[in-house]
Amino acid sequence: MARITLSQLRHSYLPNPKGPDDYVLKDIDLDWHDGGAYALLGPSGCGKSTLLNIISGLLAPSEGRILFDGKDVTDLPPEQRNIAQVFQFPVIYDTMTVYNNLAFPLRNRGVDEAVVKDRVTKIAEMLDVTEMLQKPAAGLSPDNKQKISMGRGLVRDDVNVVMFDEPLTVIDPHLKWTLRSKLKELHQKVRATMIYVTHDQTEALTFADQVVVMEDGQIVQIGTPVELFERPTHTFVGHFIGSPGMNILPCNVQNGQALFEGHTVVLEGPIEAGTVDQGAGLTQIGIRPEFITFGATGVPATVRKVADIGRHSVVDTVVGETLIKVIVEGAAPVQGAATHLRFDPSKTRLYRDGWIATQALEAAE
Amino acid sequence: MTLELRNISKQVGGVCHIKPTTLLLKPGHFNVLLGETGSGKTSLIKLMAGLDPVAGGKILMDGADITALSTQKRNISLVHQFFVNYPHMTVFDNIASPLKLAGISGSELQGRVEEAADILQIRPLLARRPQELSGGQQQRTALARAIVKQSKAVFLDEPLANLDFKLREELREQLPVLFAGRGAVVVYATSEPEEALLLGGETALISDGRVSQFGPTSELYHRPHDFTSANVFSDPPINAAQITKNGTTAHLNPETSWELSGDAAALRDGIYQVAVRPNHVAPVKTQTACVPLTGTVLVTELSGSDSSAHFSIGKDVWVSLAHGVHSYEIGAVHPFYLDPTKCFYFAADGQRVA
Repeated sequence: MARITLSQLRHSYLPNPKGPDDYVLKDIDLDWHDGGAYALLGPSGCGKSTLLNIISGLLAPSEGRILFDGKDVTDLPPEQRNIAQVFQFPVIYDTMTVYNNLAFPLRNRGVDEAVVKDRVTKIAEMLDVTEMLQKPAAGLSPDNKQKISMGRGLVRDDVNVVMFDEPLTVIDPHLKWTLRSKLKELHQKVRATMIYVTHDQTEALTFADQVVVMEDGQIVQIGTPVELFERPTHTFVGHFIGSPGMNILPCNVQNGQALFEGHTVVLEGPIEAGTVDQGAGLTQIGIRPEFITFGATGVPATVRKVADIGRHSVVDTVVGETLIKVIVEGAAPVQGAATHLRFDPSKTRLYRDGWIATQALEAAE
Repeated sequence: MTLELRNISKQVGGVCHIKPTTLLLKPGHFNVLLGETGSGKTSLIKLMAGLDPVAGGKILMDGADITALSTQKRNISLVHQFFVNYPHMTVFDNIASPLKLAGISGSELQGRVEEAADILQIRPLLARRPQELSGGQQQRTALARAIVKQSKAVFLDEPLANLDFKLREELREQLPVLFAGRGAVVVYATSEPEEALLLGGETALISDGRVSQFGPTSELYHRPHDFTSANVFSDPPINAAQITKNGTTAHLNPETSWELSGDAAALRDGIYQVAVRPNHVAPVKTQTACVPLTGTVLVTELSGSDSSAHFSIGKDVWVSLAHGVHSYEIGAVHPFYLDPTKCFYFAADGQRVA
């Protein structure tokens, strides 16, 4: 297994790219440690699949280098990069048994049959497919087929990295959680470097120790699941992670304070000086629906809609023209009610041109 | 406008796919069909749309029997999980196609297509072809075609299932607004309990080709009639175990018991099934979640703001779902706390008794 370094990667599908808009990947720098579980998370079109294809060697980047354990592999073809890949749709041989499917990547490399047997047995056990080993792959359900595909990706212990490209797309929603957790468990057992590409936050956060969030060809945050939820460093991360996502409210900055609809909003800490004056650029307040409560004082708001989603309610409120979502457990105010919103100051941040611009007070610790 | 199903059923090769089903579907809100893949949602929609013949029973639209009418004559729209558009036509012509079939042309056609495109925010794309669009834009095109017609009934069969998570969130908010005030009966099939709750309206819980319960969505969630309904309406699956009721105490196992109140306390002594949703099994003790359960952590999951843990107690597997990020060590023994005020109790026949 290997450490993977991406250095100043840029990619454009155009022959003569000019401005940043011509690039689908804009200056990617990343260092992935040996044996880590990583996710690349972002919406369709954010560049995550392009990045995956560049790592696997299916695509040559316009600029930049890819290193495995410090060795430059940018010019190596896919077959020399020693990578295992699991795709959206199961890739297995229907005419073979499950055992032979799992053994295939090993036999292909001339691995000794005794070792093949040992590896296949171990992987089958981890995937709970031992009792299917002698069955033909053709008759398996889609989720079992995809399990076998995953097994084929994991059966070799000499690969540099195992990459999963939206591997749960074909899986029934009710079975997804078992495979999601299975993959996490597998990583803990085999400790291979794994990269998981998805647009699904639950899949990414469940699987990865470190999640790389991408938007529009750039990395907007790299962090643990807790960091992404608790302290998004970009408004996109706040929006994309969590359901509903973070409220992003327009505001003005005056004398180091944030003003929203005429109300002073207390932030987690001091506002960092902008590149120009404080207050320059587009300023917004970010606060998650989970960190707002109703009270007798605070920012006056009107309740527009209440959705009881069982374990909590999602309350749509409006302040002036701005919609603010609040998650409340237990009794929710009724539609049309006048109320006040209280923002948890330690979870309230200022963003300037999308990027976080407040200092966390505990950061000094 | 109403759509009424009276004892409709479906058989394929002598096998019953849809058991006799009676439902009265009304306009003004979403009518959600909630059930797992393969439970019969699509089969039921096909019967209502006239794409499959019923084995028995009647379908009435506004009181008139339409059971024998072809799909074309039922004045309905259908949107599938997979984006279905005509690849050789522009977005404009795709949206216009049902109007052209209805003999509408000229400025009325133009106006109605543009209005639908505006609602779905695809007006700048009208000259493009479907393959030049993203998945979300293709599905918006299919939705525009479904609303342009002003049909009496609209069937949406898992229309968001193949879209990105965030796009799904956005469209799910827009859909009820889109159909509000149109007077059409809207039927929406989904396999996700949370989606049903977010859409609100009324829900039919479907399991094994049968509607187990029908009524206001949140009512069904909070007051399931039987175990099947409680289970269909839970993701992750609802926790279920056997208890022995003795006096006013429920015994789960020799170590775990709790006091019963209300209807549950009044039950005859004996064995019952208890079910409790994962969000009422907490990883930390609270005022209400107070009955300690000790389990071995099997797997854990994290979504944006929720943590779940699957753990075993003896042979039973339980799930806890909590707000915030909780870390668990797989294989470790961890305390969990059950909220006894949120338990459902079922008799041997599966009917809820408390």
